Order: sequence, then structure tokens, then C-alpha cells
Amino acid sequence: MKKLLCSTALIAATAFPLVAQEYSPDPDATPGGMITITYKDDVATLDPAIGYDWQNWSMIKSLFDGLMDYVPGTTDLRPGLAESYTVSEDGTVFTFTLRAGVIFHNGREMTAEDVKYSLDRVTLPATQSPGAGFFASIAGFDEISSGEAETLSGVEVIDPLTIQITLSRPDATFLHVMGLNFASIVPREVVEEMGDDFGKNPVGTGAFKLSEWTIGQRVVFEKNTDYWRAGVPYLDGVTFEVGQEPIVALLRLQQGEVDVPGDGIPPAKFVEVMNDPAQAAQVIEGGQLHTGYITLNVGVAPFDQLAVREAVNMAINKERITQIINGRAVPATQPLPPSMPGYTEGFAGFAYDVDGAIAKLAEAGFADGFTTELYVMNTDPNPRIAQAIQQDLAAIGVTLEIRSLAQANVIEAGGAGQAPMIWSGGMAWIADFPDPSNFYGPILGCAGAGEGGWNWSKFCNEGIDAMAVEADSFIDPAAPERLELWSQVYQDVMAQAPWVPVFNEQRYTMKSARMGGDDALYVDPVSIPVNYDYVYVTE
Amino acid sequence: MAGYLLRRFFQAVLILLGVSFITFVLLYVLPADPVRQIAGRAATAQTVENIREQLGLDQPFLVQYGRYLAGLIQGDMGRSYLQKTEVAALIASRLPATLLLMAGGIVCELLIGLTFGVIAAIYRGRPLDQGLMVTSFIAVSAPQFVVGLLLLYVFAVQLGWFPIGGYGTFAHLVLPAVTLGIMGSGWYSRMMRSSMIEVLRQDYIRTARAKGLTRARILSRHALPNAILPIIAMIGIDIGIFMGGLVVVESVFGWPGIGQLAWQAIQRVDIPIIMGVTMVSATAIVLGNLLADVITPFIDPRIKMR
Repeated sequence: MKKLLCSTALIAATAFPLVAQEYSPDPDATPGGMITITYKDDVATLDPAIGYDWQNWSMIKSLFDGLMDYVPGTTDLRPGLAESYTVSEDGTVFTFTLRAGVIFHNGREMTAEDVKYSLDRVTLPATQSPGAGFFASIAGFDEISSGEAETLSGVEVIDPLTIQITLSRPDATFLHVMGLNFASIVPREVVEEMGDDFGKNPVGTGAFKLSEWTIGQRVVFEKNTDYWRAGVPYLDGVTFEVGQEPIVALLRLQQGEVDVPGDGIPPAKFVEVMNDPAQAAQVIEGGQLHTGYITLNVGVAPFDQLAVREAVNMAINKERITQIINGRAVPATQPLPPSMPGYTEGFAGFAYDVDGAIAKLAEAGFADGFTTELYVMNTDPNPRIAQAIQQDLAAIGVTLEIRSLAQANVIEAGGAGQAPMIWSGGMAWIADFPDPSNFYGPILGCAGAGEGGWNWSKFCNEGIDAMAVEADSFIDPAAPERLELWSQVYQDVMAQAPWVPVFNEQRYTMKSARMGGDDALYVDPVSIPVNYDYVYVTE
Repeated sequence: MAGYLLRRFFQAVLILLGVSFITFVLLYVLPADPVRQIAGRAATAQTVENIREQLGLDQPFLVQYGRYLAGLIQGDMGRSYLQKTEVAALIASRLPATLLLMAGGIVCELLIGLTFGVIAAIYRGRPLDQGLMVTSFIAVSAPQFVVGLLLLYVFAVQLGWFPIGGYGTFAHLVLPAVTLGIMGSGWYSRMMRSSMIEVLRQDYIRTARAKGLTRARILSRHALPNAILPIIAMIGIDIGIFMGGLVVVESVFGWPGIGQLAWQAIQRVDIPIIMGVTMVSATAIVLGNLLADVITPFIDPRIKMR
């Protein structure tokens, strides 16, 4: 009976063409060789359900696979462990057909049971996954997260190579969620054997497997010779050396001891590097899905008045702030970064207009200005940017007191709603996946405006929230009407001016002369910072 | 002797208890929520509460502290919030590196400090003495971050004599140990100088000179051993001073010790690690001081233990 129901579902299903063109292999790529990457901070964990930071994000991507994946160097979805999938007409039932013969690093074949186990595991409260919330649209999520259920009722194994996922509501971002690290497929027996130590003994299906981990010193990956994608990875292995200050990493790169400094070029050294033609030739620039912004807390006077928020928007000299970071960014007009679908081309936002700002303030009854506080993270260049903001606001009569604190303290003050203004630098939003919805819910929507949420403006507009829900109910994430709707959401947000979008930061990184592969792989928008599976060495 | 040691042991336990309490209070009142760090920015309110409950962070302060102490007595320092690994294992894997660096630092500071001190005492009041004392003053005042980067730039990058940071061979140890030792060497050279001058004034030195012994023999056999004695006891106290410097030096040189571990944990409010490193460091300091007090009567019989 069950089987019958499923096949009818399949007949009714609409198959979506996978939007992405496949990645064409690099004809110059040569297999072999090891490379060395450095990071300042330790690798915290390689458990895909837990890891959520700068260094482990792309490492986990190379050790594990999910049902969906991205074309290297792009934001285009492509199938990963799923060979194909179908979606029901109402967009709530996804049926994935898995690739046959995919083998975990421990030698066992991956099946649909592993997919079910992995999705249950990431959403179970005991796992403490920071990504659990991404799976909220799967049927049964509420029951599992409240502890009433042990398993997601919406995830069903049809046969060893078929898994069916039912959503409680249409969710345009669902395929992106299936491409997140949190949705990686893990082998149950290893996770259960290792318990909390799985993060130090990861076993996945990825292009590389862990061969050595010396805490505080290095992590070494070796090539997975049984990798299911033919031809990759090119490298025999990758050595990650941790505990290296970015400035030391740069010196070692110059000596030829390091291939990619994972933390990028230290801000203090940027001009020096760019002025040296030999070094500048090794620099790679790329876009990233990032926006730096100032939040204006609508719950704190006088930012409860629209005219005051508009005045602050008009008073900020964004050009000058981008100069402070050596022009490593482009001034922003709206919350979305330019390379994000749904970005509104030609949207002017608030132009820099000091006289206009003064007039707006007078209109709100603050002709003599006021005094308020700006919270900022205490690492360079953020305090310097805060000073620029302070000077800009002084020009319209607003006195700004700068509260320069450690990251965790700024986040706490923002979440608690104590901070009238926050400069997002060092904590700014970088998209989890390339979809416009990712810039709304947690940081501008009502969901994030509660106590402790990341919506530091505490901006909550039910009309805009309803539009966002509508936009996410589309089945096809790239539907023009959907992107149109998202564009409207952000324009409506800007009409209320809870943020000053300041700039979209570009990523600058370096690689040693022997490194080969498309530049886009070194500034990969998804495998941040480097896509280890597709780069190679040329010597 | 046994009574003295027992008394000191109880004092040490009290001190450690005090340290653990104060550190725990400071971390508790810190305006930063460790659960937020674990839960991440995409977490729902329910996830946050779940995690808070699982970690016991929803409990009152005294319950939390009591649980921590109970674990500590059984040798359980808990698991890192973010790495999920046993704190004891993290510290144990990094402690050898820190001890090695400390030993290297002590050797460097003694080598540099004692040599400078003796030379300065011999040439007391002359330009060489003044030059050395100014140098020692600079050594004490220079920030270790700057000294470390300077040494790294000159000896590793420009001259290529040593590797640029890292851990593993003797060559890796030299620069961080020298950086750590330079500050202490300033203190030691001053102490050694005064101690040496004091000894050189003693009657037995005059007697030795009257016997017609050579200057070199007087210095090496009669003056130096006596002058060094009070200084040895200082090494124990040094361990405490080093703990502060280690955080900086280990970060600059990428040295995989507990100072680096503490620094990373502080930035991410990983309380079990911060507590663990604090307790291990405090224990080292208490032991170091105890050692200094126990050793002193053996090398200087005028001092008695009571």
C-alpha cells in the first residue's frame, strides 16, 4: 500500500531540471602533491553537525558530502550524493534517488538509511547542532526539537537508494539547505562508536579523509582514492597548520613554506603586498555574500523615529569607510550583496547628504542633536571604522560614544537589545547559502528580533514578514516572481531604515606560485575559504 | 618538616579553591552567553534553551559551581563547549609543549641574566655596567609581542637561521624561548649584580684575595656560588610570571601550548577550557612557590622552615 502511494506521488511529481551546468574539468590539472594551508585558530571540530566556523567549514566540505552540492567556484546548485530528485507539484515532497556504490571512508556503502539517520541526528536537541534551525520546514521538526519525537516523521526511506522528504510547508530554500554542511551524510556506526569524539575522528564520503590530527599543531587530509566523483581530488593531501598568526603566515608564504594563508592578508600588510608586483601577482580577489552594516535599534529612543534613522543613513560617508579598509569593499545601498539573487539593480538607497540629514533631524525634533552609543568589535579595523562613523555623525550634531568590546560581548549586547547602534564588522552576515532569504529571517525578520536573536535592530514588520513567507513558499528558488518579491522585501525594509548598509566586502587571498586551478576556487563562495577538491599544484 | 609541608599543602588547596571560585564568578558575570556561541546565529529560541539545559547553565550559580568542583575533585574538568573534547585531554596534549617552552625560557633568562649580572658587578660603575643595566631595563620593559615579531623577522625571515614559527625541533624552540627569557633576564641581571656586589664586599673574599688567589679563582670558586644561591629560589616564582608571557609568545610563534589554548577559548567563551587552563596554571604557580620555599633552606642554611 505504501509502495503504491509512493509511485502515485512520483507520477504526480514535477521533475525540475537541475539548473547548474556541470563543472568542466581543468585540462591543465595534474594529479599529485601536498599543499599547506595555515590558520590562526585551532580546528574546533570536524563534525558536520557542529562545525560552523571559518576554518572548519571548507574542511568539512571536503570530508563529507550532502545530497546537494555546488558547482565549484560558483553559487549554482548541483546534485551531490543524490543522483536526481523529483518534487511534488505542491512543492512539499522531495524524492531523492541516491548514487549507487558511494563508499564511506570506513569502506561501507552509503544508503538511504544513512541519510535518514544524519537528518535525525542534526535535528535532535542532544546533538546541539547550531544548524538545526535550517531544517525547520521538514515535517516533524517541531516534534523532534521539543523532544516529543526521536525521529523526523517527514523523512522516509523508500528503498536503499531512495529517500523521500516531506515538508510541512513549501520551502524554496530546501535544496540549498540540503547542500549545507549540516546536511552531510554520516555513517551511524562510527558516530555511535565515537560519541562526542566523532568531531575528532570524522568519517564521511568526501574527496579527502582525515589521516592525522595533532591537537594545536596540524590536521592532515589524504586523498580518498575511492571518491565517487571521477578525476578529483587532484591533490594527494592537504596539511592544515594551525596556531599561525596571519602575519607569520604571510612571511612563510613569501618563503615558500605555505601555499594558502587561510586567514587572508592581514589588514596592516595589505598596502605593502599590493604595492609589490611580485606579491600582488599572487593575490586573488573575489566577491563574497557579505554585507557590513550599522544596526539602528528601533526599540531605543530616538531610533524609534523613522526620520532619525533616515538622517543617520544620510550622514554616513560610505566611500570614506571603504577607504579605511584600503578599498577592499564596495559601498552598499541595500541589505543584499550585489552577487545575491534578488539584489535590486539601480536601487539608490540613501545618498550621502549632510544637509539633508540635518534637516531630517530637525524635522524629528533633534535640531540640537543627541547622544547615543555605538557597539563595535575591538579588532582592527573595526574601531577605526567606528571612529569614522563617530565623525560622520558629529557633523550632524549627534554625539557617539564608542563601546569597543570583544565579539561575544557585542553579540550579547545586540541580542539583549541594549545596544542603540552596532557596527557589524567582524560579526557581519555572510550568507550560509546563496539565497536572498538568508539575509532576512534571522537578521531583519520578526523571528530574530526576540531576546538573544541576531536581529540587532529589533526591527519587526509583520507586513514585510508576510511577504517573506510568501516568497519562500515558491517551489523554484530561482523563479523570477520570487526574486521580484525578495527585491521588494528589501526595498520595503530600507524604506523603514533599520540598518545603514555600509559596504560589501570583497575577499582578498593569496596563493603560492605553484598553486594551479581557477582563481574562483580560492575565493569559492560556498567552500569558504578554499575548495580543496579542485585545486592542484603545477610543479 | 612534615608539619610544615602539610600546612603548606592545605594553604595551597585553599588558594586553588579561591582561584577557582573567583574565576568561576568572573565567567558567570561576564556579559557574554556561552550558549549563544554554541548555538550559532541561526538557532531558534528552542535550540538555545535546549542547549542551556543540557549544559546545566540554567541552574543557579552555586549549583553550577558545586557541579564543577565535584567534577574537578574526581579529576574531571568537563568537555569543551565548542570542541566537545575532554578539557583534560586538550590540556594534556598541549602541556608538554608549554613545559618545554618554559624550560627553554628559564635556561635563556639564567644564561643571559646571570652572565650580564656578573659582568656588571665586576665592572661596577663603569660604562659597561651602565650599558648592561640600561639593556636589562629595556629587556624588562619591552612588550613580548614586539620582541617576538622582531626576532622572528630578523633571525627567521631575513637571516633564515630558524624556522618561522611552529613546533617540533630544537631550532623551533630557540626564538620563542629567547623571547620568553629576555624579560626575565632583565630581572636576573639586576638581582645577580646586587647579589654579586654584596658577596664581593664580604670578609672571606678579602681573605681569599689576601691569600693571593687569582681574580678568576676568587670569582669562580668563592664569589659566584654564594651569589647565585638566593637567585635559585626565584626560579620557582618565575613559573607564575611565565604563565602570563606564554599566552603572548605562544600566539606569536604558533607554539601549541596551553597559553594558545586559553587565548582561543577566551575569545569564544569556552568556559570549561578557560577554567581548566586557569586551574592548571594556578596549580603550577602554587607548586612553583612551594618549591622555592622548600629549596631555600637547603641552599642557605640561615633560613629555616617553620
